[in-house]
Amino acid sequence: MIALLIRDLRLALRAGGGFGLGLAFFLIVTTLVPFSVGPEPALLASIAPGVLWLGALLACLLSLDRLLALDFEDGTLDLLLTAPLPLEAAVSVKALAHWLTTGLPLVLAAPVLGVLLNLPVAGYGWLVVSLALGTPALSVIGTFGAALTVGIKRGGLLLSLLVLPLYVPTLIFGAEAARRGAAGTDVSTPLLMLAGITLATIACMPFASAAVLRMGLR
Amino acid sequence: MTLSAQNLTLARGGIPVVADLSFTLEPGHALILRGPNGAGKTTLLRTIAGLQPALRGQITGAADQIAYAGHADGLKAMLSVRENLAFWAQVFGHSDISAALDAYALHPLADRLAGTLSAGQKRRLGLSRLLVTGCPIWVLDEPTVSLDTDAVAMFAAAVKHHLAQGGSALMATHIDLGVEAEVLDITPYRAKTTLRAGASDEAFL
Repeated sequence: MIALLIRDLRLALRAGGGFGLGLAFFLIVTTLVPFSVGPEPALLASIAPGVLWLGALLACLLSLDRLLALDFEDGTLDLLLTAPLPLEAAVSVKALAHWLTTGLPLVLAAPVLGVLLNLPVAGYGWLVVSLALGTPALSVIGTFGAALTVGIKRGGLLLSLLVLPLYVPTLIFGAEAARRGAAGTDVSTPLLMLAGITLATIACMPFASAAVLRMGLR
Repeated sequence: MTLSAQNLTLARGGIPVVADLSFTLEPGHALILRGPNGAGKTTLLRTIAGLQPALRGQITGAADQIAYAGHADGLKAMLSVRENLAFWAQVFGHSDISAALDAYALHPLADRLAGTLSAGQKRRLGLSRLLVTGCPIWVLDEPTVSLDTDAVAMFAAAVKHHLAQGGSALMATHIDLGVEAEVLDITPYRAKTTLRAGASDEAFL
């Protein structure tokens, strides 16, 4: 399992690995928002948590179609399926590698980009906490979507359509936690809901992903 | 470990291709599958490897004993030969890859990126993966594609060594390897087209 994690991280960091893709997209979205909605500080401050969360979610979505498709094309998935490693563990490790190369950089970049959107000072901590809690769910659900569409050529559109509804609860509670944090009100309810969603998806989704992957590889 | 299959009926894309096929593969033996294109050789090998279920019939002795090598080698272009091989060795719980590098003369290429190898060199790397798995049963689908005569000799030597150690090999190949092996022609087991798959997803295929 550790070998798979190290291999995925190494591949992501090498040329063509797509490590910077999500991060660059996140940067582009958040820098363009002030141009499109206008530079009023008050308006930006009020929409900042939502924009940052939405940007992070879309950046995560953008990198999903590489998650399993590349391994499917070169036959690695077939070989992994016949290896003694349980497929549930393999998809969990792949989701973890996706989070480490996509989700974690977004979490770390979010406060820097928050400056561009005039995020209130009180909001930085809660923004990072809510993203750190929520992005693992995005990776795990995304792995399920990637597993569903693994045999389909150019399955990116289908993948987005399938995964977006599943992302909605995470987005609602994550953005709400960040918004309440920025406004200085109590964040515990959305934060607990967000943590619950993340833990539940981490617990259940690998089994669903492995099951659909077995069917997809037939 | 003896691998045996009884009365296998196999489908590809919902259509049965092979019916009532049985065979036994003892340790130390090799079995070569023959048959025209579309006869179901790949389907049979994928089923034995556990990648798809059989419509009917039983396979025994296969669980966690099989190293499968299909048409694709499962190599990552951006990893070096050594890294690719070490990854598969670790997945199967081993760490020593030098014997595998020796068997296919890959030492001079060990630090090249797999993406820069020729087709035959990639295939040699893909076949060397079998040696690091430590699995007793090799299931190989057209292993000699794009290999030159020297590399085919390396492969034949590797198979002989594997058989001598009590391993076994089931392979679909059209060339003569010079390895003592039984030949199973699966053409007579072709499924009658009237045989329906009976699967619930049939209507959607």
